[in-house]
Amino acid sequence: MNVSVQRESLEAMRVFDLATTPLRELNSALHAIAPGTNDTNFEVVNPRGSHSVAVGIDQPVTVDVRGSVGYYCAGMNDGGSVTVHGSAGPGIAENMMSGTVVIEGDASQYAGATGRGGLLVIKGNAASRCGISMKGIDIVVHGNIGHMSAFMGQSGHLVVLGNAGDALGDSLYEAKLFVRGEVKSLGADCVEKEMKPKHIKLLAELLEKAGVTGVAPEEFKRYGSSRKLYNFNIDNADAY
Amino acid sequence: MCGIVGLFLKDKSLEPKLGAMLSDMLVIMTDRGPDSAGIAIYGAPSDGRAKITVQSAAPATDFAGLAKLLKPVDASVSVELKSTHAVIETAADQAGAVRELLAKERPEIRVMGSGDSVEIYKEVGLPKDVVSRFGIREMAGTHGIGHTRMATESAVTTLGAHPFSTGADQCLVHNGSLSNHNNLRRELLREGMTFETQNDSEVAAAYLTAEMAKGKDLGQALTSALDDLDGFFTFVVGTKSGFGVVRDPIACKPAVMAETDQYIAFGSEYRALVNLPGIEDARVWEPEPATVYFWDHEKAA
Repeated sequence: MNVSVQRESLEAMRVFDLATTPLRELNSALHAIAPGTNDTNFEVVNPRGSHSVAVGIDQPVTVDVRGSVGYYCAGMNDGGSVTVHGSAGPGIAENMMSGTVVIEGDASQYAGATGRGGLLVIKGNAASRCGISMKGIDIVVHGNIGHMSAFMGQSGHLVVLGNAGDALGDSLYEAKLFVRGEVKSLGADCVEKEMKPKHIKLLAELLEKAGVTGVAPEEFKRYGSSRKLYNFNIDNADAY
Repeated sequence: MCGIVGLFLKDKSLEPKLGAMLSDMLVIMTDRGPDSAGIAIYGAPSDGRAKITVQSAAPATDFAGLAKLLKPVDASVSVELKSTHAVIETAADQAGAVRELLAKERPEIRVMGSGDSVEIYKEVGLPKDVVSRFGIREMAGTHGIGHTRMATESAVTTLGAHPFSTGADQCLVHNGSLSNHNNLRRELLREGMTFETQNDSEVAAAYLTAEMAKGKDLGQALTSALDDLDGFFTFVVGTKSGFGVVRDPIACKPAVMAETDQYIAFGSEYRALVNLPGIEDARVWEPEPATVYFWDHEKAA
């Protein structure tokens, strides 16, 4: 009897209503979590487009945000699982280190920018500059992405089930891009590459990790860097 | 950074609340720019009447006896004083003569905007203060736009506040900065446009006015703006019956739109839209770069 009561309280969801509670209380509570704590389930209601919701998480907590958020939600996430049951403003999961961020709706510009690790799943569309300067993050977008996505992407994977806008992968380093639909145009130094068995296997794993079903990795094309712009070469001046 | 909002009503039952709804939207955007704020409200036009919204830094002297001064030109003139602004209503065919007399007799008075239906209020200060000093919340209308400014390209003054109006019933709010406004201003001056400020956004407004004067509709004028304006911009534009939105091809400046059976709304951020009725079920989207969106009450009717 005692044991079950204790378990219940340990697993209780902590709810923050941003209509009545300052954002800083939520973020302070998230930052105060000590390693090994069991009290790790958070729910955020009435976000109403607030900025910086659940930024700086560094423990394996679960945060469910019931509504749409503004700028920089789940920024710098390191190990948390954040789900936005709505849409996200600019800079969702910016500079994520590890963990998972899921957006049930759409994401505005520079989703997952500079991310070093973890998984960002956007179930709607992402706007421009998705994955700009990505450095190890995996991004899976169920819909379309806007222009200049994966600009200067250094490592990690960007998987797009829909279409990509102009200048995909401009000045790309070693980030790997997979697009199932149309690519409006490729950026400088970004080229289509062969889908080898190892890429099919990699993409299948990414799709599974992101919970995508009914889509075969063979339906995608792969894009990457042609590695001509790594260092300045006067012969390539036209490409800059 | 600036905050811009716009609201175009489809449902007439919301018209008495336009001022209140737009005020709420703008006040939420205050932290995007605290320098100055302004709102344009399109009210119901009445046949044969025109409105001129004027402003003065010294309203006590400039607005004293204003109605009496203007009566000889137009006996039907009425003047409604609102803080530093006044709305002069005249017979439409006498509006030009009234403006000439104003310019001659009260040269310190500045015209904020004029037309059949638009009233424009703008001042230095926070949106909440600007909205309350002009009683915007009590205003009814069919559509309106608003702006809260973080100044970059010109001085923080009343005239440098948005919306900018450069033609009858036309006005524009801008988030961004133009890079070819000096050259474009010279070209527009040659075409006969006049300017009140050194502000880049006024050039954009005047550009659209000039294009529409050549016979383009708002949508066509916004399409040409994509070719002729260089720099960063998200514009929200009002005309007597129309409402338009356009973003530059790079689209750094944020924008969110929402549409229901009752309205079309624009906000720099989703926060601006959260108090609108039925927003939970609205179609909410980010306007595409280099894509013109516009709606017209007359064309819809």
